[in-house]
Amino acid sequence: MLEIKQLHKSYAIGDSSLHVLKGIDLSVAQGEMVAIMGSSGSGKSTLLNIIGMLDEADGGDYILDQVPIKNLTEKKAAIYRNKFLGFIFQSFNLINYKNALENVALPLYYQGLKRKERQEKARFHLEKVGLLDWETHLPSELSGGQKQRVAIARALASDPKLILADEPTGALDTTTSYDIMAFLQQLNDEGKTILIVTHEEDIAAMCKRIVRLRDGVIMEDKKVTQVRAESHV
Amino acid sequence: MFDIDLWREIFQSINKNRTRSLLSGFTVTFAILLFTILFGLANGLNNTFAEAFVDDAANAMFIRSGTTTKAYKGMQAGRRIQFKNEDYQYIKTDFDDNVEFITSRIYKNVAASFRNEKNNYSLRAVHPDHQYLEKTKVYQGRYINQRDMEMKTKVIVIGKLVKEDLFLKVDPLGKYVNLSGIPYKVVGVFADDGGDDEERLLYMPLSTAQQVYGNNDYVDQINITYKPELDFNQAIDFGLDLEKKLKERFLVATNDQRAVRIFNMAMQNKGINQMTSVLGILILIIGMGTLIAGIVGISNIMIFIVKERSKEIGIRKALGASPKSIVSIILVESIFITTIAGYFGLLLGVGILEWVGPSLKTYFITNPSVSTSLVVSATLTLIGAGTLAGYLPAKKASKIKPIVALRDD
Repeated sequence: MLEIKQLHKSYAIGDSSLHVLKGIDLSVAQGEMVAIMGSSGSGKSTLLNIIGMLDEADGGDYILDQVPIKNLTEKKAAIYRNKFLGFIFQSFNLINYKNALENVALPLYYQGLKRKERQEKARFHLEKVGLLDWETHLPSELSGGQKQRVAIARALASDPKLILADEPTGALDTTTSYDIMAFLQQLNDEGKTILIVTHEEDIAAMCKRIVRLRDGVIMEDKKVTQVRAESHV
Repeated sequence: MFDIDLWREIFQSINKNRTRSLLSGFTVTFAILLFTILFGLANGLNNTFAEAFVDDAANAMFIRSGTTTKAYKGMQAGRRIQFKNEDYQYIKTDFDDNVEFITSRIYKNVAASFRNEKNNYSLRAVHPDHQYLEKTKVYQGRYINQRDMEMKTKVIVIGKLVKEDLFLKVDPLGKYVNLSGIPYKVVGVFADDGGDDEERLLYMPLSTAQQVYGNNDYVDQINITYKPELDFNQAIDFGLDLEKKLKERFLVATNDQRAVRIFNMAMQNKGINQMTSVLGILILIIGMGTLIAGIVGISNIMIFIVKERSKEIGIRKALGASPKSIVSIILVESIFITTIAGYFGLLLGVGILEWVGPSLKTYFITNPSVSTSLVVSATLTLIGAGTLAGYLPAKKASKIKPIVALRDD
């Protein structure tokens, strides 16, 4: 599903350069739910950005679903992102002047679907996250947990192979966090591959595998027994 | 090519950010408003100049005589110069190359009566060419012709207002008008763009007047038009040459300003022509300046908008928006706002011109308006301007890195 070999990334800071990723090897199979942990500066966000094709590696290989991701033009990257990936962000990143339904339908717009089809699909996914009644509401009229669920519906809308979540519960209280995690677990149960960047141990424990990064290298990569989020609610 | 979804996106963005859109549109509206009004006023000014000279042919020269103010070649000052038929002949033959039409004029005031109606009028005794010089429009009957000149017939051509005064509802053609005791047959009625004064006139063959009034060959004034193929400078040179020759002919000092005077329309027109073209250039510069200021203004706001929307653009890109779709969103929005706002400014400007136009007549501005072709080209310019204004910001937007835009801060 996802194959990363000897991934390197440095950022230029003035005259010197900061070596953020120092040879990452990671492979994720279909249906996995992986937590990427690390303190700030460990390189976990950079890794996620590269996996999300929002950033490019300096060296190494990255193969996603048998497609080598390298030297992408902006256009190609846009197409791949749309086709392969669903993003969930810490701050939700919904478009504030679009209502819930329109937000969910946006990736479908970029897929070139007809309006009717888009709305149909978007409704289906909104229903899945339990927010169909809120379809005409703007993000400002939704709670944090609802916003994140809209964001999840949006990430699911284009039926991606891989869901990338960057601190998905970072802006939520514990109860809502577990609620969201329960939902992500459910998605995983249905076969979605999910990658979560987090620094919270309890969130990581709800995944099936934990990858710990420190100073740009993988310190630890172990499978864990998944803690079901429902048990906490 | 019409992408309804793109438009839906743009309308949503404009609608949800009304203040911003209004502000950016306002700059353009104002610029176009100023441009339209300036252009209209300049047009009005031009119209005034054009109208001021519709009375007479634009290439006319009026040759008048007076008394000498300087002693010259043994002649004393204070001598009266009198033009005669021979002077008319002299100009007609010697300056044939440059003269298009030529006529002499004698002025008289006459008391005219027809049946019970009476009035006093100015009479001009002229050659047939006078019709072209004065742009007289004969709409009934005919003008004075060469035969009248030879036969010294007692005929007159009357102005439209004379006809209204004397004839009321009677057809004047063939009727006889009594001028100080002598009956003259009316052969034509004319109109003139020069206004009421020019239509309250009588025309009579020059030869007839010379015989009736004094039995001499005197003329008061000689009017000519120069050949239209002469440009302003050639016409001015011709006028000066003519003046010099006439002064020699009448033994008048070359620096005598009163004895022989030539009023040359070419001089007038050259000045006006220069003034209007300078005015036109000025208006164009100011108008272009305002327009450029408008473009810069909207470009500025678009840059700000892109900055403000950079997060949204980042999200769109993360969701799979191609750089092209980002460019078209920003560009089309810019073009749309510019065009609508600019068109609004244009309509507003035209409306204001229509509204205040009539009251500007006293300020030498006649019928200030903008032409359809200007409206069309202004619209095209606006679309161009919108593209120009939106291009850089759109390019900038398409280069936004989602990773930077989405960074939480």
